[in-house]
Order: sequence, then structure tokens, then C-alpha cells
Amino acid sequence: MTIDETPRGPGRSGETPGMGRSRTTASDLERYAGLFARRTQGMKSSAMRDMMAITARPEVISLAGGLPDTTTFPAEDVAALMARVAADASARALQYGPTEGLDELKACIVRVMAEEGMDVDAEDLLITTGGQQVIDLVCKTLVDPGDVILAEGPTYPGAVPTFSAYEADVVQIEMDDDGMRIDALEETLDRLDREGRTPKFIYTVPTFHNPAGVTMSLERRHRLVQIAAERELLVLEDNPYGLLRYEGEPLPPLYALDRGEYVIYLGTFSKILSPGLRLGWTAAPRPVLDKLNLGKQGSDLCSSTFAQYFVIEYFAQRDWRDLLVRLRELYLRRRDTMFDALAEHLPDESRWTRPGGGLFVWATLPEYIDTSDLLARALRDHVAFVPGRAAFLDGRGGSSMRLNFAGVGEDDLREGIRRIGKVVREQVRLYSTLTGTAPATKRAADTERTGSQPRERADAPDPTESGARVLPLRRRAAGER
Amino acid sequence: MTRVAVLAGGQSLERQVSLRSGARVREALERLDHDVIAIDVGPDLVQRLHETRPDVAFVALHGRDGEDGTVQEILELVGVPYTASGPSACMRCMDKVLAKHALRDAGLPTPDFYAFSQTAFESLGAAQALPAIEERLDFPVVVKPAAQGSALGIRFAPTAAEVPAAIVAAFSYDTKVLLERHVTGRELAVSVLDGPDGPAALPIVEAIPRGGDHYDFEARYEIGSTDFVCPADLDAGTTTRAQALALDAYRVLGCYGFARVDLMLDEQTGEPTVLEANAIPGLTETSLLPQAAEAAGISFAAFVERVLDLALARTAAETNAG
Repeated sequence: MTIDETPRGPGRSGETPGMGRSRTTASDLERYAGLFARRTQGMKSSAMRDMMAITARPEVISLAGGLPDTTTFPAEDVAALMARVAADASARALQYGPTEGLDELKACIVRVMAEEGMDVDAEDLLITTGGQQVIDLVCKTLVDPGDVILAEGPTYPGAVPTFSAYEADVVQIEMDDDGMRIDALEETLDRLDREGRTPKFIYTVPTFHNPAGVTMSLERRHRLVQIAAERELLVLEDNPYGLLRYEGEPLPPLYALDRGEYVIYLGTFSKILSPGLRLGWTAAPRPVLDKLNLGKQGSDLCSSTFAQYFVIEYFAQRDWRDLLVRLRELYLRRRDTMFDALAEHLPDESRWTRPGGGLFVWATLPEYIDTSDLLARALRDHVAFVPGRAAFLDGRGGSSMRLNFAGVGEDDLREGIRRIGKVVREQVRLYSTLTGTAPATKRAADTERTGSQPRERADAPDPTESGARVLPLRRRAAGER
Repeated sequence: MTRVAVLAGGQSLERQVSLRSGARVREALERLDHDVIAIDVGPDLVQRLHETRPDVAFVALHGRDGEDGTVQEILELVGVPYTASGPSACMRCMDKVLAKHALRDAGLPTPDFYAFSQTAFESLGAAQALPAIEERLDFPVVVKPAAQGSALGIRFAPTAAEVPAAIVAAFSYDTKVLLERHVTGRELAVSVLDGPDGPAALPIVEAIPRGGDHYDFEARYEIGSTDFVCPADLDAGTTTRAQALALDAYRVLGCYGFARVDLMLDEQTGEPTVLEANAIPGLTETSLLPQAAEAAGISFAAFVERVLDLALARTAAETNAG
């Protein structure tokens, strides 16, 4: 028998007496849904995000986070600096501040940027609530629905929801071990030009890319700023990791090469001091900066004054580069631990990037392994990573994963990679059984490479790739979105 | 006033969905002036139950442990009455292979299928049988983990070349997978709710994916990616047959309280066939059972109240019988 086949109005008839306050019904939800802006359709709480929530369990070794190690900063130092701020600047620190940020903090930022060879005028700076706010403000300022943003493929997973919220049409440019492929960028720009579309900006993490772990070569840096100037395109240079270099010579940031003509620079204290402070900044051409400032007024009026005074005090009382030295030593050891563990535990058809700095390794497994599914299996063995699809807006990245080597200790790194290796090998073996092929045998000697070059470990050349050192990223097919 | 423990969360991949279901149930119970204890199910479950001594437990868990009978066994052991199906029905529903065998044995329609454990492939050479299976099922073949809710790990393999990767993916979620004949047609969810006169089928919800994508995990919990129509636009005869089939499946699997039976309305035959049954379907704002209940004039609060009464009635009946 059936209870009723006739839908009634927003279900009050079946309610028990005294139930007048019952509100959250499906039809109510429909009512809210009708009020949502169109852009919220692109905002999703995904299955992957639900799965990632489980990675926070204490028994899970998570190589998934984007976290730096915050234990390096001595607690007594934090306490002393906080006390000083409270004693010396209490009234000011508890007050609103200017939208663009405190002048004293801008002076600190000028020093940080100088460390990487950038000469910036404090007037060109806007202090933001984390570097993430810069991405948001730049989109807010430049992007109308449907506008094109060019980004690397893969791109910073945290930028994806921002791009989606502004309904951008993100076109991802493939990368190799020298960063974004500028030839592919130019092809895309030409194609867009023929379609009568001008991208609003090019988003790039040129140094120690998140998640790809590669660094854009000097030649490509020059070429990129040249293209930006020729075509009058803005570039958003996201540089959280430039100072976390463990080997090799520093390369000039795009901002230094272009002198702030077309490059909007994004910096942050998150990786050189603390992400909990939520302080970042942007340096941008003045007309853009003014709009970003107006955008920020609408978003949050100003970034935390208290946090700003804390950083000012920190720069006044300490040599800010001391912490960097300690972080570099710590992360270098952890990076090498991860490299060793990867070489020991991942099967032969895998490859991964060898970043000379930053926090992340991008590992790519045989194409028949789906890392989103693999994460479910890995969680049963209490280990987590970021599935590669999180770094693409078009479904690519399915057989890749991002691994953070900075956030956990060396023992956990070794054990975490061992567990990942175990489940990957299990799937490789199963696939071989299913297809009746033998798994590839281990190559006798892997050639060690340094710097940001990916290490190739595949035995058979992959026909989909144009060269042995190209990151295994599928090309975008015509008309594919 | 009844002291109700709402069990939600847990360690399954559907933890977040379960937390949303649980929060909604809790809110409804509080409005009904019950004494509500929220329990995020973990290693201290038995201890929490001993400490809080609830009159009844509302099980809002999905996936492993919660929906597969494990928690129900514990509740029986501790002696706390609980909502929805008992351990054996939960086990049958959670394991699609067991469920499909039970349905087939009872003569109820379910798409043809073959199931394998990981051992069968690794030690018994089951891979050799794949070509024969593919021939019998036709393409695309649907590959599913036996025990995973929310459509995680379900793949459509359009050609033989894509079957192995789909099987590998499915084994990420369980040690048993099934290969199933793909049925094209309309996707119908029939919720069943017990009542004084026995179980009854609620109005049918049809899931219509936007943009032609199949019904996936993302779509199932998000507004905007799938349109849900309730009651589904079906002729009276089809509606009756689909509801009758869902009720039959509910009974065959031994469900109690409530459950949701997912059907495909086969485009070729015009007949419904059972894909799976969910012993503890989602109870979130976007879930299908609450929508169906509402279409029947049963508010979420009324649903929650009824399910609690059924849980207490079952225990009373068992006590009297014993």
C-alpha cells in the first residue's frame, strides 16, 4: 500500500501538535535554494572534501595538508612578543587600522621582498588577510562571469573555489619541469584571440609550485613578462615559497623582472612566519591597487591590527631570517626523507617531481590508478594525500597526488609513504592480474637529478608524452572544458 | 519526554553526510522536547551508552559500521532500542551482492551481475572469466564495490579496455566488487516507511541529473546538480508497480522502520528493477527520503517521531514475546 501519492503544500498537515517551529524541510531548502546566487552553483562541498575531513583523525598520517611546521617558532618567543604588543600598543592594536595596512608593517614587507631581489615602493603595497585574500580580491576586481583566467595545470587547489565563485572560465596551461609551458600559453592566447576573448589575468606560482613542485626557468620568466607586456595582460604571481629554497640559486620573481608593470605580486607571512596570523600582501600597479583596496574595504575593512603589530614587533626584536634558516634545514631533511621513501616504496611506473624548495611533491602513478579512489583505500591504512583532481577544474589529474613533506616528522613521512606505496603496489598488482600483463620491472639504476627536475622512472615511454621530462599531464582536447 | 541518543559521524567515508543527517535529526528531536544526547560514534561508543543510558538510539550513521549492522549488534548487546533495521537486514542492504542474491532468490527483478572478491582475482584466476562476463552483460558494464554507499567507487566501463581500471577503483572501497548489467532508463528512489498498518511506500522521487551526467556522489548531496521530482511524473500503473516492488524488496531484505529502495525504470521494458536498498538512507536537507515523506504530508519531525515509536514498539514486542 502507499501512504499518499498527492504532494501537499510545504508539509504542515502531517505535523504533530506543538510542532509549529519545525522549519527545516525540503521545501524550505528549495526556498533558500531559490535565493542563492547563480555563482553558488559552482561552490560545492564535494565528496573529496568530505573524504578529506576524515584525514584529520589523529591516527591518520596526513601528507594532505598545506601546512608548514609551526613548532619551530619557540612558544616563549610568541608569548614575549604578544606581551610586548599588549603592553606597548594595546589601544592601537585593539583598534581598526587603515585598509591598506600599517606603514610599519609595509616597511617589514619591503625588507622581505628585497630579500628576493624585489625593489618595491611601500605605497604600492596592500596588506591582506592571508595571501588567499589577494586571489579573491584580484578576481573580485577583474573577473566578470565567463571571463577567462589562465592558470597552470595543475593549479593551487585553494584557488579553485575562488575562481569558481567568480564564475571564471579557467583555462589550464600544461607544465613541465621548467614550469608553465610558454609555447602552450601562447597557443592558448592565440586561440582565445581568434575567439575574441581576452583573458583577465594569468595566475601562476612560478617558484616551487603548489602542487606541482616545479620552478619556472629564468628564460620562461623573461618570456612570460614579455608576453604580458606585449599583450597587455596582467599576471598574478603567487609566491609563498620563494624563500623556502633548499638548494640551487634563487631565480628573480616575475615582479622583479617586470618592475610592477603587469605583474601583481602576492606575498604571505604564512610560510615564513605563521599561517595563523592570516597576513599576506599584494604589490600591484597603482590603478589596480586602488580597486583592490576598495574591494578589501567591502570584504573586511582591514586585516587584523593585532596580528600586524605582532609581526612589526617580531621584525623589531628578532632577525626574521633566523626562523627561515631553521625552517630550511628542517624541510630539507624532510624533503630528502620523502624522496628516499618514494624511491623505496613507489612502484616503477610512478614518477614524481623533485622540488628544490617549497612544501610539495607531485607524484604521478600509472594512468589506470585513480587517486581519488586510492585515497579511500589509503585511509583504511591511515594515510592521506591530496588527489590530483583537486588541482584541476576539468577532471584531469586523476592519477596524480600532492604530497606535503613539511608538515610531519621524518618517521611519519617514511611510514606514510610506505603505506601509500603498499596500497599503490596492491593496485598495480591487481591491474596486472586483470589485464594479464606483468608489472614493469625495476630499472637497475635511477639517475639522480637535482633541483626541480622530475624524476622519470617509467620503463616504457609513455606514448601520450612528447618527451621524457614532461610532466604527465594530458593535453586539453579541442572544445574540452 | 524520551532520552534519545543520536548516533552519527563515525569513521566511514560518509562521515560528513552522516553528521548532517544527525544534526537534522537532533534538531527535530529537540523541537519535539526530547532529551537529546549526540554521540559521534567512535571507540568510546559502548562507554557513552553505558554512561548516558538512553531510552532509545536514533541511528543516523551511513556506510561502514553504521549501516552494515555493526552498531546495531552493539546496541542489541547493550540493550538500547534503536531505530530502523536490525543487524541482518543492515548487512544484506550494505552488501549489494548479498542484497541482489536475496532479491533474485525471491524472484524480484535486479540487473544481472557477477561478483568477485579480490582473492578470486589474485588466487583463482577470475580475470580469465572477464571476457565471458562482459559478453553476457554487454557494454557499458557497471562496476561497483559491494559495500559502499553514496555511489562512491561506481564506474561505467564503456569498453572492455576500461573494465580493469574500474575494478581496481572499486576495490579501493571494498574487498568485493560486482559487475552489473547497465540499465538505461529513469532513476527512481522509493522510500518505505513503517506505520501502524505495516510498511508503506512513499511517493516516488525521480533523480534527473543536469547536464546528462550520471547520478553520482556529488549530485546526490548538492542542490543544483540534480533535479529531484517528487512525486515522479509516472503513470499510475508504473507508480504502483514501482512502489510494490520497493515494498517487496524491503520485506525480502528484512528491513524495519524505514529504508530507501533505488530502482531503475528500464527504458526498454518499461519495468522497474532494483539497484540497491539503503537501510539508513540520508536524512539531510537534500536527501530523498525526507522529500518523499514530505510529499506524503509527513514532516521531518513527524517522521522522526514515528521512527522512534517504532523502535520502542519493536523492543516492547520482543520483550512481551520473550
